[in-house]
Amino acid sequence: MPREPQTGDRQDLAILVIDEDEIRASIIEEGLREAGHNHVAVLADMRNLLGRIEAIAPDVIVIDLGNPNRDLVEHLSHVSRAVSRPVAMFVDQSDAGVMEAAISAGVSAYVVDGLRKDRVKAILDMAVARFQAYSNLREELESTRRALEDRKLIDRAKAILMKLRGLGEEEAYHLMRRTAMRENRRMGDIARSVVSTANLITGGEE
Amino acid sequence: MSDASQRVVHERIRIGFMPLLDAAVPVIAARAGFARRQGLEIELVRETSWANVRDRLAIGHFDAAHLLAPLPIAAAFGLTPYDVPLLAPMVLASGGNAITVSRKVWEAMRAADPNVVANDPVSTGRALRGAIEARRERGDPQLAFVVVHPFSSHNYELRYWLAAAGIDPERDIAIAILPPPYMGDALAAGRIDGFCVGDPWNSRAARLGHGAVILTKPAIWPRSPDKVLGVRADWAEANHHLLCRLLAALLDSARWCADPVNRDILVSIMSDESVLGVDPQDVLAALSGRMPLADGERLVPGMLEFEAGEANRMRAADARFYAEQMQRWGQVALPEDTASRLARIFATEALEQAALGLGLSFDASADPVEARLFDRLPR
Repeated sequence: MPREPQTGDRQDLAILVIDEDEIRASIIEEGLREAGHNHVAVLADMRNLLGRIEAIAPDVIVIDLGNPNRDLVEHLSHVSRAVSRPVAMFVDQSDAGVMEAAISAGVSAYVVDGLRKDRVKAILDMAVARFQAYSNLREELESTRRALEDRKLIDRAKAILMKLRGLGEEEAYHLMRRTAMRENRRMGDIARSVVSTANLITGGEE
Repeated sequence: MSDASQRVVHERIRIGFMPLLDAAVPVIAARAGFARRQGLEIELVRETSWANVRDRLAIGHFDAAHLLAPLPIAAAFGLTPYDVPLLAPMVLASGGNAITVSRKVWEAMRAADPNVVANDPVSTGRALRGAIEARRERGDPQLAFVVVHPFSSHNYELRYWLAAAGIDPERDIAIAILPPPYMGDALAAGRIDGFCVGDPWNSRAARLGHGAVILTKPAIWPRSPDKVLGVRADWAEANHHLLCRLLAALLDSARWCADPVNRDILVSIMSDESVLGVDPQDVLAALSGRMPLADGERLVPGMLEFEAGEANRMRAADARFYAEQMQRWGQVALPEDTASRLARIFATEALEQAALGLGLSFDASADPVEARLFDRLPR
């Protein structure tokens, strides 16, 4: 696609999202398209990154902080011979909180020289919001998964206690709960100890 | 609050680090009790890129960081995204780096100069130049090297050595950036031809068989300061006593790290999954100085030094050398007040104060007037 010279005001900014987490990358991509950006590219792996960035010639690069390629992207601002248009990290001096919020959310942005700040800020704000939403979602998923796992463990531990100590179901449960409170540990952890101890003693399979 | 409970309240300091052997001093301070002895609780955060370390230090996620020595200089010259002045009150490690090439490039170097000896900056430079000329005649693509960051000792020592050998780092070779843990894989996959990085990443590439370690940093620049403790200038000012205690813990740790008696424990802590996650052998190489060089294992004196003493202080000549290299390679035009800016960044008042409690003192009177690079040493 032929590219006109950078004016900083073109509607169709070329945006590159570099993120090894493909789900998150597609969430960002979707947000950008919803905001009317049609030139969005996503890179998920490290191979020949420099060459691929050159080919895409992005105006804006959005990259996750867990991505080791950040150092390479920054390198583009120091080797003008490698790319025709050097990029610099987006830092809006008029709004010191923008990049701080971004770094805290785990994302960073680089822009080509001369791009209007307000246009990039909107992109970055969207990316930050989506990064946060995504990490909240993952935390929720993680805690749901853990709760489910705990319940299974607690059931198994209960059965073990009932059998080994001749307790009723209620009693077995309360014994574990009292132990958890006394030792200031989670019920799931107590149940895990019971199950693994029982396996050690009875030679059961975990 | 009773005295008993006060004794167990530790002030928390969060320190960012990159997975490199020369992060040992802060890691050991946190893990082996030196921080606690100063009433501190150090939380270590391993990072994936130097850009993250720099930014999270600048915006206050970290109180202090394991930092490339030239980075605070870059910050002072406005070359970093945030206009936040940094200070580097202590050198955490000297040496520690090496230049590693693919086995194929090493063979080409040997073909170009059969008398090449690994870890000799002159003969390796000559051999690489010969290999590059042979490639050019054959019409082969340029060799691709990587370093860890644009503002790194690695970038400057590689370029210094290349230039001294008559290889133009801007034209005769391509130099890009890659974080340390990824270099070995890139070399193995043939995506790059060589790199300059801190250990364990050179020794690891050698052990796995795809890397040939051709030159170490002490051979290019003996006793060179490589990593520093970086803090924000405003944080240092507001937390002077805390900083002094941190420095005391780090000096204590440096003394422990430098003592060969502790090597086994140091190896097991540093090779652990939570720090470097590599084979203990890869950690032992630079710690013992027995480096797996391209033409055999040899002792490299001063390969990686922690020391508790003069080496923990940035000498003015070394700071100036870094600043001059930044100018040499077009990163900055040095302002007239460079010397006073450097003196501010690497001021040692806090370190001297911390050292008193450990019975250490510093003496700048014997400092060299010029950084001691290999081609400037008396022969």
